[in-house]
This record gives sequence, structure tokens and C-alpha cells, in this order.
Amino acid sequence: MPDAGGWDFRKMWSGRAGSCCPRVQQGRAEPTPRAGGYNDAMSILTERDRAAVRKEFEKLTGTVKLVVFSQELLAGDLCRQNETLVREVAELSDKITVEILNLALDRERAAKYGVDQVPAIVVEGADADHGIRFYGIPSGYEFSNLIDSIVVVSTGEPALSEETLSALRTLAADVDIKVFSTPT
Amino acid sequence: MRLAQHMAVASDRVRSTTIEATEFPELSRAYHVMGVPKVVINDRVQFEGAVPEKDFLGAVLQAVTDPRPR
Repeated sequence: MPDAGGWDFRKMWSGRAGSCCPRVQQGRAEPTPRAGGYNDAMSILTERDRAAVRKEFEKLTGTVKLVVFSQELLAGDLCRQNETLVREVAELSDKITVEILNLALDRERAAKYGVDQVPAIVVEGADADHGIRFYGIPSGYEFSNLIDSIVVVSTGEPALSEETLSALRTLAADVDIKVFSTPT
Repeated sequence: MRLAQHMAVASDRVRSTTIEATEFPELSRAYHVMGVPKVVINDRVQFEGAVPEKDFLGAVLQAVTDPRPR
């Protein structure tokens, strides 16, 4: 599915040939030292990424809350990277707020959101939780999906055909969709 | 997979969970993920690869109507 803008979001972050997060590509392995070429160790998104996301966020109308679940003991390093990424995204629009929760300590909230893995992100609208979750750090193609989900939650206008919308209105049972993806 | 999250916004019945397969090897094994993207609906209907919206909707409807597990 082509992106509307000129900049391909799929090239974001993961496109930087292994410089971003070798730990992600190796699963839950121990951290490996970065081999240089990384100006700001605390920053995940490049200035170009930020500019592209800012442009995309011009579409935002309603507020969006990103609820992050972390757990230091399970996957501390991945969770910290995830928190950093979510904060960097939220900085790009005043319509986005962030709440960081702990899977072990904030059990009631986790149960309410149905979250049982970390790192996790809940993309919640101002008035409703639409059930959008991300497990794992959303990089590459998933990053573009995260941005897209923020936009659609904010606007409340899904880009679906009339046929799909009317079929969804008649659903008589709950639908749980899991999408397995990878960074590239 | 954008269709899943757009459907989640369109219907209160639909929820969408995107899982980074390499970070969750156990979950991926449990769902027999061989290639990505892989979509699993209600733990019953599954397919690999990007599909047109019409086919995605068909899979959703199949997942809520077909009584046979697969």
C-alpha cells in the first residue's frame, strides 16, 4: 500500500543499515556496542524522520494517548528503546500524550488493555480505546503503521471502502486480528 | 498491516495487535509464523502476505462465521 506522502516511511529507522538497534535484530540478546556513525546516542529518529512524521501529523484532529507498557526485568533494554521512540514521536505533535506503565506493577491497567507482553504500545483515542496494540519496538514498516494508527485514531476516519465499513457494522462477534511483522 | 488498525477504528468489535515477530519468537512459533506479514484472525483464520481489502474483509467474516477451527 503506497504512502500518501513523498517520503517512504518504511525506510525509516530500519533503513539505516544496522546502525540503529542491533539488539532488535538479534532478538533479546545482550546489548552490543555501537560501531560509531551515530551522532546522538539518545536519539532514535533522524531529523529527516522527524520532518516526515511532523508533516503526517498535520492531519491530526483529536488527541491521541500512547500508553506504553515496560518491564525492566523481562526486556529492559528493548523497553527503554521503545519508551525513547514513543517519546520522540509524541514530541512531534501537541495532540499526543504519553503514559509509561509497568506490566508487573500496573496489573489492573494491563488487564484492562489486555496487554500481556512488553514492550507494548496502546494507541488510544481521546474518547475511546479502539483496541490497537503494538508488541515490540515498531521500527521500519511497523513504524509507519504506528504513525498511520495515530492518524486514524486521531481523525476517526478509517480509509476503508463503503462495502467494508457496512460489513463491519454487522459484525455479531468480536474480532481479534494479530499481525506478525518484522522490522524490514 | 494498515487494514487491521483501520478496521479497529471502524468497529468496536475489532482489535488489532501488531507483533514484532523477531522480538517474540515464542509467540511466533506458537502461531507458526514462517513468513511475514502473517495475519491470524480469532486464532482460526490465517494467511500470509499482503492481500486486497476485499480479501482481508473476507477473512474477517470467515473468522466470525465459520464454526470449523482451522
